[in-house]
Formats: sequence, C-alpha cells, structure tokens
Amino acid sequence: MTAAASTIGSTHYAEGQQTIVGYNEDVVRAFSIATVIWAVVGLAAGVWVALQLAFPALNYGEFFTFGRLRPVHTSAVILGFGGNALLATSLYVVQRTCRTGLWGGPKLASFLFWGYNAFLIAALISYPLGFTQSQEYAEPEWFLDIWLTMVWVSYLAIFVGTLAIRREPHIYVANWFFLAFILTVSVLHVVNNLAVPISFTSTKSYTLYAGVQSAMIQWWYGHNMVGFWLTAGFIGMMYYFVPKQADRPIYSYRLSIVHFWALVFLYIWAGPHHLHFTALPDWTQTLGAAFSIMLWMPSWGGMINGIMTLSGAWGKLRTDPILRFLVVAVAFYGMSTFEGPLMALKPVNALSHYTDWTIGHVHSGALGWVALMAFGSLYHMVPKLWNKSLWSIKLVEVHFWLAAIGIVLYITAMWVSGITQGLMWKAYDEFGFLQYSFTDSVAMLHPYYVVRALGGIFFLAGGILFAVNIFMTIYGAPSRRRSGADLQPRLTAAE
Amino acid sequence: MGEHRYDPVTGQYTTGHKWDGIEELYTPLPRWWVITLVITFAIAIIYALLYPGWPTTRFYFPGLLGWTSAGELKTEKDAARAAQAHWRDQIAAKPVSEIAQSEELRTFAITGGRSLFNQNCAACHGLGAGGQQGQFPSLIDDDWLWGGKLDDIYLTIAHGIRNEDAESRQSEMPPFGEMLSAEEISAVADYVLTLSDAKAVEGRKALPGAAIYEANCAGCHGAEGEGMREMGVPRLKDQIWLYGDSKESIVHQIGKPRMGSMPSWKPRLGDDAVKMLTIYVHSLGGGE
Repeated sequence: MTAAASTIGSTHYAEGQQTIVGYNEDVVRAFSIATVIWAVVGLAAGVWVALQLAFPALNYGEFFTFGRLRPVHTSAVILGFGGNALLATSLYVVQRTCRTGLWGGPKLASFLFWGYNAFLIAALISYPLGFTQSQEYAEPEWFLDIWLTMVWVSYLAIFVGTLAIRREPHIYVANWFFLAFILTVSVLHVVNNLAVPISFTSTKSYTLYAGVQSAMIQWWYGHNMVGFWLTAGFIGMMYYFVPKQADRPIYSYRLSIVHFWALVFLYIWAGPHHLHFTALPDWTQTLGAAFSIMLWMPSWGGMINGIMTLSGAWGKLRTDPILRFLVVAVAFYGMSTFEGPLMALKPVNALSHYTDWTIGHVHSGALGWVALMAFGSLYHMVPKLWNKSLWSIKLVEVHFWLAAIGIVLYITAMWVSGITQGLMWKAYDEFGFLQYSFTDSVAMLHPYYVVRALGGIFFLAGGILFAVNIFMTIYGAPSRRRSGADLQPRLTAAE
Repeated sequence: MGEHRYDPVTGQYTTGHKWDGIEELYTPLPRWWVITLVITFAIAIIYALLYPGWPTTRFYFPGLLGWTSAGELKTEKDAARAAQAHWRDQIAAKPVSEIAQSEELRTFAITGGRSLFNQNCAACHGLGAGGQQGQFPSLIDDDWLWGGKLDDIYLTIAHGIRNEDAESRQSEMPPFGEMLSAEEISAVADYVLTLSDAKAVEGRKALPGAAIYEANCAGCHGAEGEGMREMGVPRLKDQIWLYGDSKESIVHQIGKPRMGSMPSWKPRLGDDAVKMLTIYVHSLGGGE
C-alpha cells in the first residue's frame, strides 16, 4: 500500500488488462460478476414463484413449494443481486472518490467477497430444507446470522478505514449514503436477529422478542432494510453514476446535505406503518404514519438531485440507454416514495393492507428503482473495470425496453388485483352481509397473476441479455478491447 | 479544493470540490420543496396531536379527538347490528321452522346464511356446498348422514359431530380389521358393493359375504343397507360414497374406519347465525 502510494492513480497494464495502481479493483470485479449471476438467479426464482401462484400445480414436493422458495427469491434479489451490486459499487466509488486503495489490504477484501457470497449460498440452500427464522428478509438461522455479522463488520471496517485514509479533503456525498447504509444495516441485523438457539448443536433458534414487540422489531428491521439497503445504498450509487454518465455536476450540494440528514433521521421511525390495524398500540401506529408523511420530501430531495443533475444533458437520454436506465430508476424512486407515504395513511392502508397492492408497491421500487439503478451502474462500471468497450449498446437498448414492459405489466397487474382484493373484502350486500368469501377474492386473482408472471418473464429476459452483454464484454473477442485512452482525462484530473 | 467554477447551463457556481471528476453545484434548495417539507411536517404534527401519538412514561397522550381503534370498531359493529336488528331480533326469538315460513325472514336468513357459510363452512364443504370427495360430505343432495329436516340440520350445525361439545352428534364404527380376517373383509366388501347395484340383487344372498354382513353390519347399516340417521350411519344402498366407491376403499373403511368430525358452531357464531345457516343449507336442494 505505502509503496504504491506515490503512484496511486497511475495506470498499470498486465496481460492486456488494466488496473489502477493502488486501487483494489479485483474485489470490485469479483463483486460485479457475482451481481450478474445473482441477478439472473434471483429474477428466475421470482418468475418461478410467480408462476407457482398463478398455477398452484407447480408446487412440487416438500422442498419446492411457494412458501420455501419465496425467500429464495427475495434473498437472491435483495441480498444477492442488490447486495453484491452495493458492495461492488460502494468499493468502486469509495476508492475513486477518496483517491486511495481499500483499507485492510486485499486479504480482508477477499474475505469480504467470499464470506458474503458463502453466506448467500448457505442461506439459499437452507430455506428449501426448512431452516428459517420465519422473519421476512431475516430468514437465515442464528449460525448464518453470526457469520454475516462477521462479514459485515469487515465491510464496515474496510469502508470506514478507506474513508479515514482518503486523499481528498472532503467525503463525497455518495460515501455518506453508503456509510449510512452499512452502519444502519449492522444495527438492524444484530438487533432483529437476537435469538436463543435451542442448543449450540441445534440449527433452530427462537427470537428474543415476543408478541407485538417481536412484530414491531421485525418491521422496524424490514422497513429500514428498504430504507437503508434498498434506498440509502442505492442513492449512494446514484450520486456517483448519474453525474458520471451524464458528465454533469450534481444539481445541488445544499439539497444533498439537507435530504441526507432528513432521510436518515426520519426513515428509522416509520416502521410501524407496516402494522396498521394490528395489536400494535394506537399511538405507535399514529407515529408510524406521521413519520411516513414527513418522509415524502426528504425522499424526493434525492430524486430531484438525481434528475436535475441532467440539466444541460437531457438530450443524452435519447442516445445513451445507460443514462436512461439510471434516470428512469430515479423516476421510479420518486414514484414509489410518493406511493409509500400514501399507503401509510390509515384510510388508504385500510384498503391496501394485506393486498397485492403492497406487492406492486414493493416491486415498483425493486424493479423500477433498485434493479434499473444496479443495471445502469454496472453497464457504466464494467467497461471501466476491464478496460473494454461495452459489447453491445444495442443490447442495452433492448434490455431497457424489456425491463420497462416487464415493470409496467407487473405493477399494473398488482395494482388492479390489490385494489380489487381490498374492495371485495369490504363489500357488503343489501342486508349488510359480506358480499364475497375470501375464496372468491382468491379466484379473482388468477388472470392478474398470469400477467404478473409474464411481466416477470420480460424482466428476466432483460436480465439474461444483461448477463450476456456483461460476460461478452469481459470475455469477448480481444479486438473489441480499447486502449487506456478513455481513462486518460480522469487520470490527469486525479494527480 | 479548487475554484468556484461558473456553470453556464444552470447559472450556478460549483462548490469548488471535485471527486473523480464529479463536481457539485451550489444551487439553493428548491422553494416548492422547502414549502412542501414544512407543510408535511405541520400535517404530521397536527395528525399526531389529534390522534393518540405521544408516548409518556406510564401511558400515552390519547389525542384531542379521543379516538381509539377499538372504539371505532365497536361503533361500526354496533351500527351494522342496528341496521339488521329488525330481522335479527325476530330470528333470535323464533324457532327455525317459523323463520322458514316467513318470506321476509327466509330471504334475510338465506342471504346471511350464504355469507356465513362462505366464511366458515366453505373451507371444508366447498363454495356452493358440493363437499370434497373422500373428505367432506356434499350438502346439496338428499343423502343426509344425520338427517335433512330443519331441526336435524340445526342440531348438527349448533353442536357439531364427534367433538368435545357434550351435545354433539356421537357414534363410532368399530375397526373390523381387529375382528375379521382379511378374507372375510374382502368378502363382505364384495357383498356391500352389490347393495347399490340393482343388477346384482339376484343371487346376492348366496355370496360368501352375506352371512358376515348379516352378523356384523346389518345391526347398524340395516339388512338392505338403508343406514340409520339417529346414529349417523351411512346408507350403503345408494351411489354416494364419501370415502370412495372402489373395493379397496371399502375394504379400508371396514378394517380401519374413517369417521368425520365437525366443530360445534353455536359457541363461535351465536344461535341466530346457526339458524340462518340452517335455513341456507336446507335451501340448497336436499332439505326435507
């Protein structure tokens, strides 16, 4: 590290591959490849469970039922695809914006990569076999939780260490968001997973909390996994890749400060809105809704800063599909964060609670915001990491439209089915008796579930093109390789 | 730290910092954003003042409106009850036979009964009450295990079958697998199959199973398999087989009988609901 310090930021060629001296790009490359693999696995699992809901005959045997495969989908996309994308981009961004290599050296970084992905594989195998804490997005059992804690502490150490040894006077806003994400997830993970194993040799554990406290802790965790994992972390991504791809300065430094602090302060309290009309005390439900209302503008501050960064570069949206991925992602972020506070209002929640509207809302964020942001960032990052031009821009264009159609099919199907569910459950006949049975409302869902699965197939098809494009870029014909010329401006700017 | 660069496109200056080529503008906060932020904060604070929202050390501030979710539920339920009181009161006061004779009450009971059935009974008996083959009896035919008159149906629903309710329907078929040999059970199954087969009447008595049936089964199921409703004993001379009409199923049923149970609904739903369910089930086609 110290030996390289004087030449940090200079290019170095080895076997036709370029690395930047002093930066640990190997681990970023590894996380990038893992992101692509997990994207395909997670989206395929999603399509499969969507088909199981539409056609229940697809539930095979004991191990491959919807109940056991659904967490395989959620973990593979959130922790696998999203998590590896966050790790790849945060480690890429922190080195470049701090102009220094990763703290802790290549061995610790390697441990982070293998440790994290080993956790994912173990978790995904454990669900179909029936090992689960039955807590949404926190399914892995206690022994895997302890393992993830160690991995996560190493991530925190690497990130904070790198910030500490930075060679820029200030910490770039993307890194504030990445750090908020890493720090908060540590707290969420540890607190929600406090559990007592039956014995040290048993895989089964029971949570430390009981009853409504358990529910509240779980949704404090669940809501903030959305708020910090899928939001703060991805805003960090936005703050680097949008200005980079648009080649424009960030719209407002002042807005970035205000919305950062407002977002991280307010998000943490909004969890009770997941438990409206439950045994949770009335006052807690009110506070959950109140904080959700206050969260609207801080969320939109991020959207404004992302979209308005394109001032003077709007024309690029027509020609640059990568930028389109990034900007449409931010637009979906704005839409979801408007819908979220709306659904947290009790009169709206009385209609939407327990219906597919919630699933639609989650996926407008997950597909529209998180996945598009990750795709766009990787399309930008992979050519830089391997010093090659992207295999096919045309394929990026096709991917964009497949993803767009998939999202529209998915969320409109879930809106219609969700609102219909909510209305059917509340419908009374002329004597004041319930008009429909629950079964009636289930039978109604079938066509929408087929459309939802179709939307998923479109999105998966786009994901497969993404994987093909990335792998062809990395392992494709040498003739497509470029010289280090495109890196020159950045390098001269660096020293 | 660099210069504050002027950006001609936006008319703003940069902050002077640069990270990996990225600069930031010093654009002020958008005015509408600040105003909306303040409004949402004001709405949130007012909302939390009107409704229970502020925890204290021992309790919480109940809110200026005095609203509680339990109170709202009670208000709505009371209003719904009041709207139905005209019919409900009469149903509570009259026996099912009288309710069935009043056109107005019968309509109300069938409407309410269908809703209650769909919420509580359809899980086993199916939407439309067609039952589930091999599991739960159909309620739309005229084959009744425990009787198809209004009073019979009322008792069955109110107290259920083979449960812990002291007044529930009780009966038990002995496991003949412990009393008869496999050959005897096979023979008696062959004989039972002939009971519902008009073409097999001739020579039935000569079958080896006939004597076994006479000695072991006829006491409850009747000499011709006509069944016995007082004991919930199924009729064997029709084509309706709850647990299957193959010889294999019949052999199994003789050797190790399955006997269904049903919860008692009166404690859960109340007497007037059971009356409405009775009228509804009776109206499905098989009521006697």
